[in-house]
Amino acid sequence: MSIHSLLKTSAALGALVALTASATAQETTTITVGTVNNSDMIRMQGLTSVFEEQHPNIKVNWVTLEENILRQRVTTDIATKGGQFDVMTIGTYEVPIWAKQEWLQPLDNLPETYNTDDLIPAIRNALSVDDKLYALPFYAESVLTLYRKDLFEKAGLEMPEQPTWDFIAEAAEKTADKENGVYGICLRGKPGWGENMAFLGNMAREFGANYFDASWQPQFESEGWKKAVNLYVELMTKYGPPGAASNGFNENLSLFGQGKCAMWIDASVAASFVTNPEQSQVADQVGFGGAPCGTEDCPNDGYNWQWAWSLGLPAGSQKAEAAQEFVAWATSQDYINLVAEREGWASVPPGTRTSLYENKEYTDAAPFAAATLNAIQNAKAEPTDDKPYFGLQFAAIPEFQGIGTAVGQQMAAALSGSVTADQALSQAQAIATREMTRGGYLK
Amino acid sequence: MARQVSRQRKIGMTILAWFVGFLIFFPILWTFLTSFKTELTAISIPPQFLFFDWTTENYVNIQAQANYFHFMMNSIYLALGSTVLGLIFAIPAAWAMAFSPTKRTKDVLLWMLSTKMLPAVGVYIPIYLLFINLGLLDSRLGLIIVLFLINLPIMVWMLYTYFKEIPVDILEAARMDGATLRQEITQILAPMAVPGIASTVLLNVILAWNEAFWTLNLTTSNAAPLTAFIASFSSPQGNFYATLSAASMLAIAPILIVGWFSQKQLVRGLTFGAVK
Repeated sequence: MSIHSLLKTSAALGALVALTASATAQETTTITVGTVNNSDMIRMQGLTSVFEEQHPNIKVNWVTLEENILRQRVTTDIATKGGQFDVMTIGTYEVPIWAKQEWLQPLDNLPETYNTDDLIPAIRNALSVDDKLYALPFYAESVLTLYRKDLFEKAGLEMPEQPTWDFIAEAAEKTADKENGVYGICLRGKPGWGENMAFLGNMAREFGANYFDASWQPQFESEGWKKAVNLYVELMTKYGPPGAASNGFNENLSLFGQGKCAMWIDASVAASFVTNPEQSQVADQVGFGGAPCGTEDCPNDGYNWQWAWSLGLPAGSQKAEAAQEFVAWATSQDYINLVAEREGWASVPPGTRTSLYENKEYTDAAPFAAATLNAIQNAKAEPTDDKPYFGLQFAAIPEFQGIGTAVGQQMAAALSGSVTADQALSQAQAIATREMTRGGYLK
Repeated sequence: MARQVSRQRKIGMTILAWFVGFLIFFPILWTFLTSFKTELTAISIPPQFLFFDWTTENYVNIQAQANYFHFMMNSIYLALGSTVLGLIFAIPAAWAMAFSPTKRTKDVLLWMLSTKMLPAVGVYIPIYLLFINLGLLDSRLGLIIVLFLINLPIMVWMLYTYFKEIPVDILEAARMDGATLRQEITQILAPMAVPGIASTVLLNVILAWNEAFWTLNLTTSNAAPLTAFIASFSSPQGNFYATLSAASMLAIAPILIVGWFSQKQLVRGLTFGAVK
């Protein structure tokens, strides 16, 4: 072979290799999914291989982070257009704010098989702006009263379907047995907008109070907030666990799981943990009550908590098509069936699809199904005449994170006894008024 | 003359030292034990110390969920890379300040240290934007540069205090004997400075290893070190203390072993250096 033909052949071969390589590169798209470390998300991570088998041209790269770190990470990235994530796990707090900023891609060309009409309306609305969906719900939650059936029976109490705060106070008193390490009630105390303020914001609503009135004036000194916070501090001081000001969701989950709480009012997702014998010593003794009401005309029947961990796509993503395929798969009916088939019905992500609650296999496997559906359906977060913002236990405005956390610190101070509830609330009012004035809401 | 210490006092102090040592070591021991428990035993009251069903399940789950070695290799690259880069700049700087100080040397040193007082989050957005523009997000090189810069003041300070300890008289004696500048540096100064440099290296490797603001906020997956690995096992909803403990053990194991073998230099570094 002459040198000339050798060169020609090798050039042709080289071109062929390059072509093949570029074709493969074009074919496989790697999408990066940023998510939180909740058990449902970890399960999805484990099932990614099924998606990749069905979509051989898409590879999924997971970045799992603790909730606060993830929030900081994805918010910075989307605000600076860093492009590090193709799919972001966000909540109902972020979606309305981000959609208005045009940071999220509207999801309006979903395949028909996705069946958006099957999504629970309250959740679908929470993730839509101007009737356009901006994120798809992976799992959703509202609020429930979890209680110990055995302790209630011993105290001669019966949990009404719709308890009042008066009943909760009475039950806390009757079931508390501090000498034997049983506390009448366990509630969140750890400061933070997603920690104690999620509970207290919801409780204030149960007494008919909001964060802001129609003209964005903070409402912390209103009658509803005063009643709610005074009762909260009183109940927790008399019947609650010691050091409650540092208890968040997980700490209360431990206490309840160890059989130390007669009642725990928190996110409905708690139900699946405390009924799981691998995580709770009282799994077979847990009963579920509705959310308590403090007034007769209590809004949303007490269900003033709504959250949905959802998957959204940043606007301008280069890999939007592949990312949307993944998001549609992860939140589909087929995915729910896949989890049920592999890990059982009790493990499927709850709260997003109506059809799940019509499935007898699910309702049999999950004793908390009916209570959860009721809670989620009732929690309506849309703005109303007297509430200018979206949200129940939070207000979906960018300023809320800062205000909520600062106010949460005041509430924790009241709980630990260093200030009175009323002092904490007037301090909260001052903080919120200052921030809202600075934000241009108040003149 | 050495002070007479009574036998009783010696025994008392020894017991106290062991007790304090145990107190400091206890969190690591507890994490180690918890990493071999099930989630339910991990939160049981009263806590179980040694007599529980030991399980390695948590470690298996972790490896199934995240590629530990990927994160560990990144941690090693970042810690070593930033320290080597730091030495290249810090040694000449500290040398110059120690052996030919000007009247502004002290001010320069203080100014360098003052940069450590700025809260990292204050410059987060500007640095993030810079990283986007330079294409350094989620890259090891970018993080090495950042870690190098944040640890540089401490390196300069530590080395400066070491070099100051070397008597100038020895250098003068060497010069009297006809040593050239090169000989003076390589044969007289360098051997005397080695322990100081070693302590600085060790401390900086540990600081870079543990750095958890920039390493979390400027990485996604390619350059994510063990801090990101740990953050991926901390859950706001659900108690996974046993899994988290296993992840923590894996994350601290390499640095714990390095620290164990080099504790002599480390202690010397900390007591002999800037805090002296």
